[in-house]
Amino acid sequence: MSDPSAGTAFGGIVRRDLRLAARRKSEPLFALGFFVLVASLFPLGLGPEPELLRRIAPGVLWVAALLASMLSLGRMFAADYDDGTLEQMALAPVPLMASVGGKIAAHWLVSGLPLVLVSPLLALQYGLPADAIAQLMLSLLIGTPALSLVGAIGAALTLGVRAGGVLVALLVLPLYVPTLIFGAGAVDARLAGLSAAPNLSLLGACMILALVFAPLAAATAIRIALE
Amino acid sequence: MDAGLIRWFRYASPQSFYPLAGRMLPWFASLAALSAAAGLWVAFFVAPTDAQQGESYRIIFVHVPASWMSMFLYVVMAGWAGLGLAFSTRLSAMMAHAIAPTGAMFAFLSLWSGALWGRPTWGAYWVWDARLTSELVLFFLYLGYMALHAAIDDPRRGDRAAAVLALVGVINVPIIHFSVQWWNTLHQGASVSLTRAPSMAATMLAGMLVMAFAFWMYSITAALIRVRAIMLEREAHMQWARDLREAAA
Repeated sequence: MSDPSAGTAFGGIVRRDLRLAARRKSEPLFALGFFVLVASLFPLGLGPEPELLRRIAPGVLWVAALLASMLSLGRMFAADYDDGTLEQMALAPVPLMASVGGKIAAHWLVSGLPLVLVSPLLALQYGLPADAIAQLMLSLLIGTPALSLVGAIGAALTLGVRAGGVLVALLVLPLYVPTLIFGAGAVDARLAGLSAAPNLSLLGACMILALVFAPLAAATAIRIALE
Repeated sequence: MDAGLIRWFRYASPQSFYPLAGRMLPWFASLAALSAAAGLWVAFFVAPTDAQQGESYRIIFVHVPASWMSMFLYVVMAGWAGLGLAFSTRLSAMMAHAIAPTGAMFAFLSLWSGALWGRPTWGAYWVWDARLTSELVLFFLYLGYMALHAAIDDPRRGDRAAAVLALVGVINVPIIHFSVQWWNTLHQGASVSLTRAPSMAATMLAGMLVMAFAFWMYSITAALIRVRAIMLEREAHMQWARDLREAAA
């Protein structure tokens, strides 16, 4: 048997993680439920004036998506770390970065993509116009992979650490700032009648930068955790 | 090998750096005290009262150097952390660990003094100005670094994990800064600006630079004291630390 390539490792891990998520049906839905719930709490706290809600919608929906994506970070590596799978991945004759990339991609498919798909419903609740909803979906589509990528670094660094769940929030939230600003900024710009393109381009730049560095940093962090 | 080179590498081991740090400490400490005294004297007695801001502007003698140091120390810390990660040198990681609390203190001092200055000048303790916001994020990055290090029981593993975080942070600091700056101009315009007075009296600038020098010296002093404590704590089982204990007893 020839050595598996990085590509097959990546694809295999994505398929495996998706199958695992499909068999634990409820868990992937937690993040989605959290997203919907947080977004519904804001009108209850702030009052139902449509004008106010429309104005805060981009920021609120983006913050809710960001927190929902962060909450599911604990799942990314923890189970594989506990049962030794991660160690086997590190020992495998493919770069650990490829396996880590597969896990990040699976995390996004399970807990990032559903947020993108549900966001129009929440945006309608906030009374956003159709073109702003399209911008919101587009910005989430570009931004949530960046959240998963940056989050993977935090998840890998807190493997086997006491109170890892709280710590990961402290580590990751400051790093989420640019994504939040450009993501919510794109929708804001559209609401103000401006082009969303500059914000979306910068968001894309953040995502690409994360795509280049995050798997490397996460793989390094995993090797440190496995020592 | 070059004899000079060996001499320098000698100090990469805690055993030989500990006494060297002890010898350097009084120098840096007294330089810090002297220049702080000189800087404060200029700040309070020599520098003229500002035409627009009155006496309250004098807080910049603490505020601006503190902001500089908080940013600079993060880069220094990440540099030591990166060295430690790349070459597995014990002392580099200890230095990074020793610098972090001082950097966090300066970030906090910068935010705190900024708030005290903002109240009389802007009429608010806090505005979502780009620099304030990115300084706040920087403060959180320091806290994250220290929290991660503290949460990992094995100090060597903690060093390496925190080093990865510091390097990720150092790539992110400029991105965060520019994103916040851009967000700020989009949201509230240039109604408040920290950069309103380009022409600054020479004595003001001199006072600020002297204070910046004092903060540098203070940072080195604090880092050296802390790194000596870390070295003793981590290497308490080593022979040199035992000898030291016996000599002190």
